[in-house]
Amino acid sequence: MSTETNFNSGSNLEKVLKSGQFAFTGELGPPRGTDADEVREKAKFLKGNVDSVNITDNQTAVVRMSSWAASLIAIQEGLEPNYQMVCRDRNRLAMQADILGGSALGIRNMLCLSGDHQQFGDHPDARGVFDIDSIQLIAMVKQMRDEGKFLSGNDIHMPPKMFIGAASNPFAEPFVWRVHRLAKKIEAGADFIQTQCIYNMPKFREFIRMANEEGLTEKVYILGGVTPMKSVGMARYMASKVPGMDVPEEIINRLKGVEKGKVAQEGINIACEQIEEFKEMKGVHGVHMMAIEWEHMVPQIAEQAKVLPRPVFD
Amino acid sequence: MIVAKRKPFAEIMAMLQGFNKVLNVGCGTCVSVCLAGGEKEVAVLNTELEMARRLGDESIDIHGHTIERQCDREYLAELDTIIEEGKYVALMSMACGVGIQFLAERYPNIPTFPAVDTSGLAVNQAVGSYEERCRSCSQCVLGATGGICPITLCAKGLLNGPCGGTNKGSCEISSEQPCAWFKIYERLQGQNRLDAIKKINTIRGWKDQSPRNLTQPGYKQPEKMAK
Repeated sequence: MSTETNFNSGSNLEKVLKSGQFAFTGELGPPRGTDADEVREKAKFLKGNVDSVNITDNQTAVVRMSSWAASLIAIQEGLEPNYQMVCRDRNRLAMQADILGGSALGIRNMLCLSGDHQQFGDHPDARGVFDIDSIQLIAMVKQMRDEGKFLSGNDIHMPPKMFIGAASNPFAEPFVWRVHRLAKKIEAGADFIQTQCIYNMPKFREFIRMANEEGLTEKVYILGGVTPMKSVGMARYMASKVPGMDVPEEIINRLKGVEKGKVAQEGINIACEQIEEFKEMKGVHGVHMMAIEWEHMVPQIAEQAKVLPRPVFD
Repeated sequence: MIVAKRKPFAEIMAMLQGFNKVLNVGCGTCVSVCLAGGEKEVAVLNTELEMARRLGDESIDIHGHTIERQCDREYLAELDTIIEEGKYVALMSMACGVGIQFLAERYPNIPTFPAVDTSGLAVNQAVGSYEERCRSCSQCVLGATGGICPITLCAKGLLNGPCGGTNKGSCEISSEQPCAWFKIYERLQGQNRLDAIKKINTIRGWKDQSPRNLTQPGYKQPEKMAK
């Protein structure tokens, strides 16, 4: 897999992963308004420090500038986007149309996600579309790219180029099912996976062990999700209020154990320890750093995690 | 069965404003069973309306009549003489949305108002308490999901769930709401049939996107569908 030179999209992320190097991606949440400069500001911190950056799609079902628009701004700033598309807000027609448009304007990485339920967000009574689910979306993008056909079977004039990503939550229950769901995403056509942010390392090691055993890590690139804890409050919130999240007591205690004012740094220290382990972990091909609303810290974290400089290709 | 919930009283009062001779028609089937619109509920609502109008120094001449079902013409026919002789200026129906419409269609010159909000196809969990189980999607997948409907019971209607938000057996939207795919997994595991969900459920079309007409094999649609 690492020796392939046949590119699905030719994206920078694809090149990094196919060259066998440890990938490092970031995340950028678009603004709640029309100010493109807000995207540019965040992009400044990420450029050169990550291989590509996730542009979220109405994350937590809260309306923001659309991910395709913010992705285009990122491209203008010289930062490669991972265009996130959720199944909650668009039907198959709109999705295919957006994929064509995105590809036409230079978007080359895409993440196919279910999307947080609309109930969480600022328009809780909105109709959730869910015309197709995330696995069907992966298969649809693959069909568009590799067969040059719309879902309807009709030919696409100049098929899109897209490196297809998906998410994986190793911590949701039933635990043993998560590897099977990962297998389904790979079968559907996922090229790379980003996991939910990892705090429970023993559980993650077990998940990767199972994935290795099934041969899944030979078929897909896996990036481990890392989110540095900024505070004890954040750790407690994530532990209890975020569905599907697994935050062990040990992490919370470790943050409580340092003096006030040093908690954020300790959070970064924990994250960097994880990254060091992921670099050596069989089956993990990189890290996805989710420093949401903390983009300005990414250069420092990247430095401490010793992932700089990022590889550059001609 | 189809379940319904009586509309808030204020909404019913507002709908009937200006109408002083009304027939409230109940239904003896689904809405009777779920205690929303049967004979008893008709009587209770009529009494409430009379009292409320009186408190507002107005009056209402409201009668009640309950038929077996409002979705069948043979039972609606019973009302013809009653309505003609009664000279009602408005009808109210406590049947489900299907019955209300059939009633309204039969007497198109008399305004018909819904006294209930139809709320789904549900099972009877306990007296007065019902849980939605079916969305009548026309493409039943229950054979592959251990008898648990993902279209209805998964908040996202996923066919390849659960999503990453599944939360210790509960749906991400609420800890009170079980995760349908968690339950599907357990049910199929118990039957040793996990293969049914290990394969990808490919894209389906939606068959409920325009009004559906069903005619059983061997039977014919009526000459002219009622407009």
